[in-house]
Formats: sequence, structure tokens, C-alpha cells
Amino acid sequence: MTGLEITGLTLELNGRRILDGVDVSAPAGQVTGLAGESGSGKTMTGLAVMGLQPAGSKVGGTVSYDDGEVQVADLLSLRPGALNRMRARRIAMVFQDPSSSLQPMLSIGAQLTDHVRHHLGLSRQAARTRAVELLERVQVPSPEAALKRYPHQFSGGQLQRIAFAIAIACEPKVLIADEPTTALDVTVQAGVLRLLRGLTDDLGLAVLLVTHDLGVMSAVADTVAVMRHGVVVEHGSRYQVIREPRTEYARELVESLPHTPPPGTGEPE
Amino acid sequence: MTAVPLRRRRAPSLPVAWRRPAALAGALVLLAWVVVALIVPLLPLEDPLRQSVGAAFQAPSAAHLFGTDQLGRDVLSRTLWGVRSSLPLAVALVAGSLVIGSVLGALAGYLGGVVDEVIMRVADLVFAFPTIILAMVVAAALGPSLVNAVIALLIVSWPNYARVMRALVLGARGQEYVIAGRLLGAGPLTSLRRDVLPNVSAPMLVLAMLDFGNQILLLAGLSFLGLGAVPPTPEWGSMVADGVVQFSSWWLATFPGLAIFSVVVAFNLIGDSLRDALDPRTAGAVQGSSI
Repeated sequence: MTGLEITGLTLELNGRRILDGVDVSAPAGQVTGLAGESGSGKTMTGLAVMGLQPAGSKVGGTVSYDDGEVQVADLLSLRPGALNRMRARRIAMVFQDPSSSLQPMLSIGAQLTDHVRHHLGLSRQAARTRAVELLERVQVPSPEAALKRYPHQFSGGQLQRIAFAIAIACEPKVLIADEPTTALDVTVQAGVLRLLRGLTDDLGLAVLLVTHDLGVMSAVADTVAVMRHGVVVEHGSRYQVIREPRTEYARELVESLPHTPPPGTGEPE
Repeated sequence: MTAVPLRRRRAPSLPVAWRRPAALAGALVLLAWVVVALIVPLLPLEDPLRQSVGAAFQAPSAAHLFGTDQLGRDVLSRTLWGVRSSLPLAVALVAGSLVIGSVLGALAGYLGGVVDEVIMRVADLVFAFPTIILAMVVAAALGPSLVNAVIALLIVSWPNYARVMRALVLGARGQEYVIAGRLLGAGPLTSLRRDVLPNVSAPMLVLAMLDFGNQILLLAGLSFLGLGAVPPTPEWGSMVADGVVQFSSWWLATFPGLAIFSVVVAFNLIGDSLRDALDPRTAGAVQGSSI
């Protein structure tokens, strides 16, 4: 299988087990949702895969990566230099709040081209052309002008689109999206989710979508893994997990969603 | 979904700084001092070293606009000549301690571990002694001269910068954009240079500007003890130091003091505007507009 395969991932911090053997697979071309309440270890899973677990923590298990071109049996055992070459080039990440995940003092152009030039060895001009294409791909209006501007000059939704552009700039095969819509206005969320789905299908990305929002999950995820206390308690197709949850906990999680009647059947406001 | 068009601010650039009235005023004052330093030999002034003991302690008059000092030397002439030693020394001192302190502090804060321990313990060592005493010891060991005084003051002042820089870097390196930068493949030094330093430079710049007056006075302290400017070289700090013990002759300390004051204010005005101009969030926002 091409994509990302997490097997028995454990993480121990100050003697406390935060992840207790997480098994999730994120196949290429699919969005794999990672759901669960706060503190269940969703975000930590994403960070540990990227080798950015908190200082002083111990990580175990294996994370295998395969994009048909490059195979890595275990990302966790890579040396820092080798892991650094995987970042951006093979695996990229998008964070929750784009206003804090983009560097405020650098222009969008610099943030879109620095890593492209570094990883792909493109010239300044070629990287710029690529940056414009990327901004067009994520539907940021007037890309040429946007390159010269700074993060504070964009709205949250635009910034998150730019963050996606930065993440896919070096053509990674795996994208970890950590609550990418949580900090956004609900009206903007749908657009960003459509973008995520579009990128997954067009680029054949293996997406690991970390979110506590089952509404987001049901909109874009192909399969859903439900986490609790550092383990995956249920992993199945979106339909199965949300409509016919097998475990008690997944059922509770689904039932905790505010009940929204289908359009047209609800009481008038 | 459109980009926010409300305030289209300019990209940061240095020329923007000069469009602010405050920065312009500061720049003009500094420029004036530089011009004075260059043309002072051509000005119709008394020789700043010429003593006439009979004319000591004369109050300002038409003959001596700023009065005369305890050796009958013309204070106006000495103040104007003084810029030649005081200004370049203060600039060298502040720039030197800013660079040394920032680099060491940033490495300590970002790399942590052994590097942090070594750098900060050396800084503690310097902090353990009163500034002026340590500077005196170093200056005395090196021998009295202005250059040695500057070296001595560099040694005692970099830890201030290093401490502040380390704290700022510790705060900034946990920011999400720094982590995001690491995830794009930036190594520690690239991350430090690209993501961390630009975001901590503003307070450092302000600190440096505020430090100017302090450094001039420290240098004066060394000169007063005979470890800095060697008499009779006119130097603002030593002139103030000479003047403050002569209570009845207020002009001795006042005029060189005003000169120091004008330079410190000028640097502060420039520093503030520079900080605003370097930050894309405030660049181009002219005084009076919001934020």
C-alpha cells in the first residue's frame, strides 16, 4: 500500500503514556480522519510522525512511508538529516491557526519559495513561477500581488489556503492537517475543506486529517479513526463509524454532536 | 472571500523610516553632529586644549559662549571637538555589544543545553561584578586608552544583550511558525535566522538605542578614572564628570550633557521609527492612523 502506515505508535512524556500504541493507515488518494476528544493524543500523533514530539519524550512503534518512489520502513528511526529531507519534500503539515503558523515578518512570496528553492533546487525565477501557480491552485485572488504581501494583510481563510500552498509546494505525498478548519469562520470552512478534498484527489495525497469536529469529518474523510486515551478505538469507513459505530465510545462521540435536522424539516426560526 | 483591502500597507523598507517626522528630526541631529565632527578644525573656535588659568571658571559670555572650565579652556570648543571621540566610540560600543550579545544570546536560547549553560554562566560571571569595577579592572589591565576602554566596556555590556536576546528567543522558538518552518526542512541555524531573529529584533533595537546614553556615561566614568579618554582630549563624558564636581559652575556639565542628551534622543527617535519600519505590520502606517 502506498501512503503512511502507523503501527503501534507510543509516546511517553515524563513517565506518562500519551500514545499507547496507535495504529492508523493513511492510504494515498484518501483522507483519513483522526477524531477524538481533547487530550486523546490526536495532535501528538501528527507531531510524532513528523519527528517533532516534545523534548524529553520517548517514542516507540513504527511509521512506514511509501510513495511508490521512495520507501522508508520507519520514519522514527531516521537520522535528523534524513528526516529533514523528508519534510516538505515527502511529508508536509498544515496547522490549526494560519495567523500563527505563517511567519509574520516574511512576505508570502518568500514563504512560498524558500523551501522550494532549497528542496527542489529551483532558481529564484522558477520558484516564483511555481509560487504563482500554487496560489492559483489554492484559489488565492491576484497571486502576483499576493506574493509581495504579508500574512497580516490576508483574512484567515486566505491564509489557510496559502498555508496549503506552502505545504504542497514541494509535491509531498503525505499531508498531515491538524485541525485545519477549527480556527476559521464556519462560512470559510467549507471552502477550505473542498480545497483539501480537491488536493487529495488531484495530487493523490495521503491526508491525515486531525480534528475533533465530526461534522468536518463526515464532509471530507474517507475513513475515520476514533482515538481515546492514546489508542485508536475504532477505525472504519466514514459511513460505518458515523452511522453504525461499533464501540460505545464512538457512539457517544457521534451522539454528542448537536442534533441538526435536515434542511426543510426543522422548526422555523 | 477576498483579501482584506482596508489598509494596503507598504512592504517594509528603510526609506519609509525617513518619512516619519520623528525619524527625520533624529537623523538631522545626528547628521549635524557628523558635519560638526568633520568641519570642526575649520570653525573659528579657540584651541580646545589651550589653557589660561587666569580665565578659569568664567560664566558664559560673548567671548566664551559656553564659558570656560577649571583650566580656562573654552567649553564651546571642547564640546564641539568632543563629538569626534564620543560619537564614534558610543556607536562602536553599542553596535559591538548588540552584535556580540545578540549572537551569543540567540545561540544560547535556541540551541539550549550545553551551549546555553556555557554562555549564560560566563554572562553570570560578568554580572557578578559591579559593571564599572569590572570595566576598570579590564581597562587597567589593558592600559589606558580609548580603544581599550571600549574593549573593556564591550566585555561588561554584552551580557545585558545576551540575557534579553535569550529570553526573546526562548519565547519565539515555541511559536507555531517556527515549528512550521522546521517542518518545511529548515535546520536550526536557518530557522534561527529566518524565523526567529526577525521577530525578536524590535525589542533588541530599542534596547540598543536606550543603551546609548548609558554607554557614553560609562565611558565617561572610565575617562574620569583616567582609564578612558586621556586628558586633555576633549570627550563629553569626561567633561560632564569634571563638571559635576563644580557646583557653582553649572555650564561645565550642562553643555556637554546637552550634547549627550541630543545624541541619545536622536538615536531613540531613529530606533523607534526603524522598529516600526522594519515590521510589516506597522510599516507605512503614518502617525495618527490606527495601530
